[in-house]
Amino acid sequence: MKIVILAGGISPERDISLKSGRRLADHLAEAGIDSEIREPDELLIDYLSTTKPDLVWSVLHGAGGEDGAIQRLLEMLGLAFVGAGSRDAKNIWNKAAAKAKISEAGLATPNWIALHKNTFKQLNAKSVLGLVSKDLKYPLITKPIEGGSAQGVSRSDDQKGLGKSMVEAYAYCDEVIIEEFVEGTELAITIVDTGEGLKALPAVEIEAESGNFGYQERYIPGETTFYAPARLDGNIAQAAADMALEAHKKLGLGVLGRVDLIVDRNNQPWFLEASVSPGLTETSLSPQAFTAAGFTLAEAYKAIAESAIKYQFRR
Amino acid sequence: MNETNTGSITNFDYWKSAYAGRASNLSVSEVRALFAVVSRPEVVSLAGGMPDVSELPTEGLNKAFDSLVSTRRDLALQYGGGQGDAKLREQIVEIMALEGIQGSAEDLIVTTGSQHGLDLLADLFIDPGDVVLLESPSYVGAVGIFRHKEAEIAHVHTDDEGLSPEALQQSITELKAQGKKVKLLYLVPTFANPSGVTIPTHRREEILKICESEGVLIVEDNPYGQLYFDEIPPDAMRSMSEQHVVYLGSFSKILSPGLRVGYVLAPPAIREKLTLANESAILSPAMFGQMLVGEYLTVNDWKQQISDYRDIYRQKRDAAIEAIDKYLPEIRTTRPKGGFFLWVTMPEGIDSKAMLPLAVSELVAYTPGTAFFGNGMGQNNLRVCFSHPSVDRVSLGIQRLAGVINNQIELLKTFDAE
Repeated sequence: MKIVILAGGISPERDISLKSGRRLADHLAEAGIDSEIREPDELLIDYLSTTKPDLVWSVLHGAGGEDGAIQRLLEMLGLAFVGAGSRDAKNIWNKAAAKAKISEAGLATPNWIALHKNTFKQLNAKSVLGLVSKDLKYPLITKPIEGGSAQGVSRSDDQKGLGKSMVEAYAYCDEVIIEEFVEGTELAITIVDTGEGLKALPAVEIEAESGNFGYQERYIPGETTFYAPARLDGNIAQAAADMALEAHKKLGLGVLGRVDLIVDRNNQPWFLEASVSPGLTETSLSPQAFTAAGFTLAEAYKAIAESAIKYQFRR
Repeated sequence: MNETNTGSITNFDYWKSAYAGRASNLSVSEVRALFAVVSRPEVVSLAGGMPDVSELPTEGLNKAFDSLVSTRRDLALQYGGGQGDAKLREQIVEIMALEGIQGSAEDLIVTTGSQHGLDLLADLFIDPGDVVLLESPSYVGAVGIFRHKEAEIAHVHTDDEGLSPEALQQSITELKAQGKKVKLLYLVPTFANPSGVTIPTHRREEILKICESEGVLIVEDNPYGQLYFDEIPPDAMRSMSEQHVVYLGSFSKILSPGLRVGYVLAPPAIREKLTLANESAILSPAMFGQMLVGEYLTVNDWKQQISDYRDIYRQKRDAAIEAIDKYLPEIRTTRPKGGFFLWVTMPEGIDSKAMLPLAVSELVAYTPGTAFFGNGMGQNNLRVCFSHPSVDRVSLGIQRLAGVINNQIELLKTFDAE
């Protein structure tokens, strides 16, 4: 089996993507699988159409990697790849579109509004923020509608803070989502098909030392404590797993995806967002879930690769 | 999972509780991650202070390499002394003479880049809580070292003529009145990083006088002194005092940062301790790099090569300033007469760190101003480095940057109205 790993790109998460790519290549090698890491550059399309690898595994983050574009090109090339197809990836990548789909499916997700920066230019910013402040309950979480790794994400406790958060988030993206903050246990649930159908792996619970699972807390060892499986009672954990699996299916994440949830104080799980291309660095969440499920990473990645090749014919 | 795992609970750092207190000063940020994007060819990087090594003569480099390998290979591949290669030190004396310095090869120590020299000096002088005075803004690498050594960083007011002697005196007086130990004044007096400004001779004399009377050691970092575009800059401060100035020099900007060869000229007692510290840390600076530099200087007309660099960087500086005048006429920038950098001041309220992702998505990168302060200042500043991209790419980069800044100004106005 020959796998091409796509990593790097020009998104703000380039560094993370490269780290994920190298870790993935190492574990595939452990499993005896030949892989090559390639950047999405001007040579890529020719390279893929000439070499026709058995599978493409993209760990690209950001636009171009998760927004369905690369997936569409891979579909056009007729190549098997890991993760959501182009149409689904586009919807998952846009956090508001994903939340709308989840909400329509009857799953709980915190109240939100998505606002393009032109809205603020056209309408009076004070009026818009005033209305948002009236309709949504503080504290609020502001995040770029696209992107990951908590870049551009901040919390505000009042209208003044919200304005500042908007400026920060607009540095990453022209559209921003404002969401009610839900206090509770933060979970990341990886859904995977290792050849026996889709299943939820044990939830990984995130407890950041600073109280905020931001960029530093994600990628600096020692800043966050992870519990895998999460410290939840069996039925609560099962409810969270059921919701994650349902969300994964509704969103069409394919053989591998990650769903981020919060379980509030009343044990209600809330969908926050999903990842088309889960990070695979040494501190990423999905590798912890594989280990907690009893896989070695080599076994898990091999099984996912085989499953993705099979799944391709159903795409 | 692995050795860092405790059952099903992990923070991925088994040794977290064992680190020294100063390790907490080592942190990562989104900004650092964004710099990974800079290596992509689509991005015009106005960020890192990189020389344009593509302009170095290939034939001259080959000649130096071949000559070294064929004549002194066994020495170059062997351990060396902690003070550095004796022949190179003699050559450095010749280079320093161009800055007006009458130094001895005996008082020189070769280091792994001048950054390493600064680290050794900080180790030698700084106890936690000691005060280090820095320009405002100051070199990011110096801020990092002094922060890591747990120094208290005090920035001294700096204007278009560099560090203000009056502000320096005032700072020292106030800090001493608070019972603090003011140990070092770290300066890049010629074509400063990041501001590009040069301290004139009369100010250098005043600064030296103040530091002499207050017992503050001056650390003069001078990597850019030879890269002047107009008139020759003032002599190095070390030429005015042997006892009160430790001088840091480097081949990183006039030859190659990849070779990692820098040097320190210090009074004998300090030099002796630095040599011991150097040996303790790394045994000896890399012999191959040192001897390759020495050979390059021997077999090439290095003065002509530096002169060529002056012409190249002058054209890039002109392109940068012309583009700023054209695309950002309202923005204030320094107009350096040498070196690599422009210091840009944007309207209050713009956060250059928060703006960086937007710039990267527009395929241009710079260094946010806060990197050059130990106290969070510099939010509405940024450093533009014009040395590495081609002349056309410098203009293109500034044009892209102008779009980003203008967008940010508009966004700020939108939310300011709130």
